[in-house]
Amino acid sequence: MSKNEIILKVENISKQYRLGIVGTGTIADDLTRWWYLVRGKEDPFLKIGESNDRSTKGESDYVWSLKDISFDVMRGDVIGIIGKNGAGKSTLLKILSRVTSPTTGTIKSDGRIASLLEVGTGFHPELTGRENVFLNGAILGMTKKEIESKLDEIIEFSGCERYIDTPTKRYSSGMTVRLAFAVAAFLEPDILIVDEVLAVGDAEFQKKAIGKMKDISSGDNGRTVLFVSHNMAAVQNLCPKSILLENGKIIFNGETNDVITHYLSSQNRNFTKLSEIENRQGNGSLLFKEGNIKGIETQNGIIETFKDVALDLEYDLNIEKVLNFRIDIGINNYLGDRVAWVSSQTLPTNFDIKNKKISFVIFNLPLAPGDYNLNIFCEINNEIADWITGVLPFTVAEKDYYGSGKVVPANQGSVLLNFKIN
Amino acid sequence: MQEKINANKNWKFIISPKSNVIELNLKEVWNYRDLLMLFIKRDIVTIYKQTILGPLWYLIQPLFTAVIFTIIFNNVANIDTNGIPPFLYNLAGITIWNYFKDCLLATSDTFKSNQHIFGKVYFPRLILPLSVVLSNLIKFCIQLIVFVTFYIYYTANGVEVSPNKLIVFFPILVITMGFFSLGLGMIISSMVTKYRDLVFLLQFGVQLLMYLSLVAYPLSLIQEKLPTLSWIVEFNPMAHIIETSRYMLLNSGVISLNWIIYTVTVTIVTFLLGLVIFNRTEKRFIDTI
Repeated sequence: MSKNEIILKVENISKQYRLGIVGTGTIADDLTRWWYLVRGKEDPFLKIGESNDRSTKGESDYVWSLKDISFDVMRGDVIGIIGKNGAGKSTLLKILSRVTSPTTGTIKSDGRIASLLEVGTGFHPELTGRENVFLNGAILGMTKKEIESKLDEIIEFSGCERYIDTPTKRYSSGMTVRLAFAVAAFLEPDILIVDEVLAVGDAEFQKKAIGKMKDISSGDNGRTVLFVSHNMAAVQNLCPKSILLENGKIIFNGETNDVITHYLSSQNRNFTKLSEIENRQGNGSLLFKEGNIKGIETQNGIIETFKDVALDLEYDLNIEKVLNFRIDIGINNYLGDRVAWVSSQTLPTNFDIKNKKISFVIFNLPLAPGDYNLNIFCEINNEIADWITGVLPFTVAEKDYYGSGKVVPANQGSVLLNFKIN
Repeated sequence: MQEKINANKNWKFIISPKSNVIELNLKEVWNYRDLLMLFIKRDIVTIYKQTILGPLWYLIQPLFTAVIFTIIFNNVANIDTNGIPPFLYNLAGITIWNYFKDCLLATSDTFKSNQHIFGKVYFPRLILPLSVVLSNLIKFCIQLIVFVTFYIYYTANGVEVSPNKLIVFFPILVITMGFFSLGLGMIISSMVTKYRDLVFLLQFGVQLLMYLSLVAYPLSLIQEKLPTLSWIVEFNPMAHIIETSRYMLLNSGVISLNWIIYTVTVTIVTFLLGLVIFNRTEKRFIDTI
């Protein structure tokens, strides 16, 4: 059982999907494919297909959800798989867990793979908790004996002792998830695949679940774990190494910190040509041309909580005589609610408006991770000069800001406080 | 050096797109036998939960059907059952037919009704249709007890019914029927994953097939009344299974070795074809269903 042994070898995995609905066209394609195969030729549809970019309209009905994915996993590795929606994460996991098979390529594995694609698979509402533990355990690949030997532990971990002989249809949804996760947590596969299960349950249970995940992956007989999540903090906390997927291809494979940096900077679209925005108000005596918002002390300008952020604006000034002026920046959250406001007016400054550019620096940005945008407003001689709303969208990166692997839930406000507990 | 070792390594399993036609993974099915038992238990335990009559429904269905059949086919249409009490005659046909019908309908729905499980975890998919056939076998046995009860009741009342000594082969006949419905169900379930039309075809197809399966009349009757069309019934394996069962249970009707050989052959071919198709489908159906 050496740690340097490859336990999972993924070679050139590709997966093609057909878009659209199944109709007469599908029969025609099936017949064509069959005719080629009968004559011993290669499937003609494998040659076509486009990369899987959801937002652009493509030419072909066939897309590659995964294209030429190769990587090795060593025994005991805990690997995070990250990527945007539609990057191919779930498809990869489905292939690894044998739910579907790849279009091309092979996966070689030296151990039993079990997946937690979603907890509670196969729970029957009419069966009691205990019966469902057995059924769910068997579906996940345990034998009856294995389950029996762990039954007490499973029930205790779930915290559902009182309800264990009640049909699960009487359970609250939280209890169902607890019981299901408990079964899965006591699986002992060589390779465990986990997909977003930690997004469920209350805070206490999440803590328990993350703790269990750590137990599974650490220790002497640490198991190999592939962990898919949008929760960057959890990935950072659990996985030393990660793989970044984009449009079905591996973009980056390496240390988690480097991968996350790469991921966040690839999302960096904070530079906007403001001059092209047509929906604006004002008399035009000042017109914003360009805007850029970025983190100052971070790699690649990623915007992070508690770090300084710079907002640079360039503008044309179309008026000679400026008696007074103000430039205001409103920060809105993704719902459009105002979370903060800065203005040239509130600061004792002798900024010269003839500079044609202005730079706001915000120290120790207190915004919570999430998506935001800006309203930019300028008033000259008590008249509105330029006013643009909902521009310069930016994302405050989700990271392990408190060093605990936990994040503040999204519904708990738009600011993060730097705090300590005595 | 490390590379070299890994290159020659014996992998426990390999996932690849190309599947061998005869690679059936029956060993894996055996490894999952506990799951098979749990599925059977689930099917039996949960079906009549929160009903007042509970498992009595197992008995009510065939009994009521047999009563209706007796009224329609025997009292109204005057079908002759060769001296066997018509109710008993129909009950035998219905009990056997129900096993086939329940297995076929449930197995042909395997992929569609279990996609939420199949989409998330892997286990040999064959487990599910197998569990259907086996849990229905238990149900069939319960219904057979009802049949035997009525059998005894009629005998006690002086009606002359007796089984044929070939009844010792009855279990083999039931197993044949199980395999036939399993094979047919696997073929249909595989095709339903892509073309849903079959669901509708099956729903009334089964209904029509019942009339071609000698459930309520003997083979001799159709040969006598419709000699030009009786071949449709004769080529239906289910017709021979029901006719032969009645021969064994009630000593009524004809038995023909040739047709039995035909039925067994069709069953074996259907089952093997079903296995192969099912095996091919299970790898990729989740993309098309």
